[in-house]
Amino acid sequence: MSNLAIHAIYDDEEPLMASAAQLRTMGVKVKDVFSPFPIHGIDGVIGVPRTRIAICAFIYGITGLCLATWMMWYMMIHDWPTDIGGKPSFAYYMNVPAFIPISFESTVLCAAHGMAITYYLRCWLVPGAKAKNPDSRTTDDKFLMIVETNEDNSKSIEAALKSGGAIEISYK
Amino acid sequence: MNNLNYTFTNKTRYITFGLMAIGLITIIAGFIADTAPEGVENYAHTRIWANLLVNGWFFMGIGLLATFFMAFQYAAEVAWSVAVKRVYEAISSYLPVGSVIMILILIAGQLHMHHLYEWMDPAVIDKTSPKYDEVIANKHGYFAPWFFWLRTGGYLIVWNLFQRGFIKRSLEEDLQGGTALHYKNIGKAAMFLVFFAVTSSTSAWDWMMSLDVHWFSTMYGWYAFAGMWISAMITIILFVLFLKRKGYLEQVNESHIHDLGKWVFAVSFLWSYLWFCQFMLIWYTNIPEEIIYFQDRLHNYGYMGLMWTVFFMNFVFPMVLLMSRDAKRNYFFLTFVGCIIFAGHWLDVFMMVMPGTVHGAWGLGWMEIGTALGFLGLLLFVVNRALSKAPLMVQKHPYLDETLHHHI
Repeated sequence: MSNLAIHAIYDDEEPLMASAAQLRTMGVKVKDVFSPFPIHGIDGVIGVPRTRIAICAFIYGITGLCLATWMMWYMMIHDWPTDIGGKPSFAYYMNVPAFIPISFESTVLCAAHGMAITYYLRCWLVPGAKAKNPDSRTTDDKFLMIVETNEDNSKSIEAALKSGGAIEISYK
Repeated sequence: MNNLNYTFTNKTRYITFGLMAIGLITIIAGFIADTAPEGVENYAHTRIWANLLVNGWFFMGIGLLATFFMAFQYAAEVAWSVAVKRVYEAISSYLPVGSVIMILILIAGQLHMHHLYEWMDPAVIDKTSPKYDEVIANKHGYFAPWFFWLRTGGYLIVWNLFQRGFIKRSLEEDLQGGTALHYKNIGKAAMFLVFFAVTSSTSAWDWMMSLDVHWFSTMYGWYAFAGMWISAMITIILFVLFLKRKGYLEQVNESHIHDLGKWVFAVSFLWSYLWFCQFMLIWYTNIPEEIIYFQDRLHNYGYMGLMWTVFFMNFVFPMVLLMSRDAKRNYFFLTFVGCIIFAGHWLDVFMMVMPGTVHGAWGLGWMEIGTALGFLGLLLFVVNRALSKAPLMVQKHPYLDETLHHHI
């Protein structure tokens, strides 16, 4: 009993969504969907867990804030106390309003770049990476759903896909 | 679509009447109890008048910025907010009431019943008078009575006309349908926004910044605008949650609430940004005629604790509590944070008015809280009555279908 991947091609997103919902009620896992444009609500239908990038963004932001605070404290207070507009520079808190914009910018910089880099690495969108698209028609006008299953279930799944409006089914 | 008609129950009505009664009694008692500090002659009940100005302006701002939000949603052709359109329309109906109160306070100033506005006293521009003040005399071109009243009347009349027009066309649209009125609303909204872009700043200068007449800040208009805006957004979200809890607005789903929550979060940041910018630039340059504003608010009259409270209530709380997606969808959290920010922005207006008018003789006691409760009762009464006058969901709007399927 070997594992199979069924590739089903659709020519519209609505029958694909309906089929995916039907497969999920049958207890079948949809591995992935390739489409020419983002389909609203597809992640819920095929059971993609919610993204955790917001948590990453929060951690990167806090890191940026700490880095900026440490840098400004070291430069302006500790290593070479600098007189800012006649303000006392004996302690960080005395000059803190002047440091807020930099803290903010650094937080945003680290959060934004960290998120982008995490996203590229997670999706492996690096220079020279090969496209993982299994069927180039999904960049034009076709929609592809990949279902992983075993031989025992394949017939019932195929029937469900066909009745759901798949125009082409192949086994990989 | 059921439960379209909101009933203003007797229980709610009595609560609002009760609050208004508390307010009225407090104001009358305030005029009796607010006596002159020792050594002050011709004391004109400054504390209670300043108090009336705080509430008059704060609550009028809610109605005004609900009108602004309405215009803004039309001009940007926003679809999701159509589901809660009737709620912000009802809140905007406080604008006429707030305008009347505001104008009465200003007329009382012009008749010298109170001395909140130093420049309203003709003696300060009279060279022979001991009260002569060269700085104010130089600003007389702007503060000349005819020009001041022309502006004040202009703002209030034009704002109210636009507000009436939007409400009228919204009700007509329910019967008529089609897109003709929709396009008309977009045009009117664009006109209102241009007018409001200028007058939101100038009205804040005229009525609020001129309390500290020797001082000025180019950021003040935006800062006042952001404060009014967040107060209006909070009022909108609290009313939506209240109606949801009562079983109305069934078509308003989690996504609408989430979007309103995002607005509250974002506008809180806008306010914090402007509040901090104004403070930081003045703190940084440290020019005597500018820094006096913050000297008064931090060191001179003992407002330091209040200043920090305002900062924490209006920036730190919403930032920490509303940052996550789940918090913006949680009714309890939104109501809790909403009430904090609402009180916080009332305190912010208190901080705008009091140091420039009553200086050190301030208090935050029964007088202030009672008056605020009275105005709150008035707002609740007017908005509840407006809500009960129109169906809670628009009947025909080009974006009605889209808003009912709103999903993020």
